[in-house]
Amino acid sequence: MITLSHYIVLGAVLFCIAVAGMFINRKNVIVLLMSIELMLLAVNMNFVAFSRFLGDVSGQVFVFFILTVAAAEAAIGLAILVLLFRNRSTINIADIDSMKG
Amino acid sequence: MNPQLLQLICFYAFGFVTVAAALSVITLKNTVHAVLALVLTFFSAACLWMLIDAEFLALALIVVYVGAVMVLFLFVVMMLDIDQERLREGFVKFLPVGLIVAAAMLAEMLGLIGVRALHAHVMGADPAAVAGVSNTEWLGMALYTRYLLPFEVAALILTVGVVAAVALTLRQRADARYETAAQQVKVNARDRVRIVKMDAVLDYETKDSPDHSSQGPQP
Repeated sequence: MITLSHYIVLGAVLFCIAVAGMFINRKNVIVLLMSIELMLLAVNMNFVAFSRFLGDVSGQVFVFFILTVAAAEAAIGLAILVLLFRNRSTINIADIDSMKG
Repeated sequence: MNPQLLQLICFYAFGFVTVAAALSVITLKNTVHAVLALVLTFFSAACLWMLIDAEFLALALIVVYVGAVMVLFLFVVMMLDIDQERLREGFVKFLPVGLIVAAAMLAEMLGLIGVRALHAHVMGADPAAVAGVSNTEWLGMALYTRYLLPFEVAALILTVGVVAAVALTLRQRADARYETAAQQVKVNARDRVRIVKMDAVLDYETKDSPDHSSQGPQP
C-alpha cells in the first residue's frame, strides 16, 4: 500500500542527491545545472504526491508552472553557458573570476 | 496478485531506478553520460507519477523534459569542447563535505517525515475519477478557470525566455562578411558599370617591345 510518506521520502532522497552533486561537482557548470533540474524534480515529486493524496488539483497546476519556468531557466542558463565558453574557452567555475567576487 | 502489492512493487522498482540514475548523474565522469542518466531519472520519475494517476504531468515531463530540455543539454554538452579531466579536480576533495551535508539534510528531513507519517495518509480514490473526468480534464478545468492569469504569465515567461536565449547567443562575427540589404536594393546600374569612350590605339608595336617593364608610363 503506497502512502504519502513513500513519495515524500523519495523526494527528500532526490533533493539530497542534488545537494551532494552541487558540492562535489563544483567545477562543472553543466553538472550544476543538472543538479538544479534534479532539485526541481524532487520538489515536483512532492507537489504531485500531495495533490494526489489530498485530492487537490492545485498541486498539479503548480507542477505545470514549475515545468514551464524550469524550461525557460534551462534555455537561458545554457545560452549563458555557450556565451561564457565562447568568450573564455572554459566552463570551469574557478576560471570565471572577472567580476572579482 | 493483489493490486496494491503490485503497486508497491512498482513503486520500489521505479524509485530504485530513479535514485540510482540520480546518483550516476552526479558521479559519472563523462558529462554526456551524466545527461543520459538524467534522462533515465526523468523517465522513471514520470513512471512514478503515472503510478499515482498524474498521467498528464507524467507525459508532459517526458515530452517537455526528455524531449526538449535534455536534448538541449545534449546539444550544448556535445557542442562545447570541454576538458573533462580539469573539471573533475576537487571531486575527491569535496566528496566528504558533500556527503556529510547531504546525509545530515536527509536525516533531518526523514525525521520530520517520520513524525508526520504517524498519522499516515493512505491513498484514497483518484479525485479526478471521483469527479467523473480524466486527469487531463481535471487539470485543465482548474488551469483555464482559476489559474488563467498565471497560465498566461507562464506563456509570457516562456516567450521572454526564448527571446533572451536568442539575444544572448546571437552575434556578429568580426571576420565574416555581410551584405547590407538596404544598400544592395538602393544601388543603380551606373554605380556598377562605367562606360568609357576612348580612341583605338594604333602603335601596338611599342606595347609588344620586350623591355616594356623598364619603360615609364606612356604619355
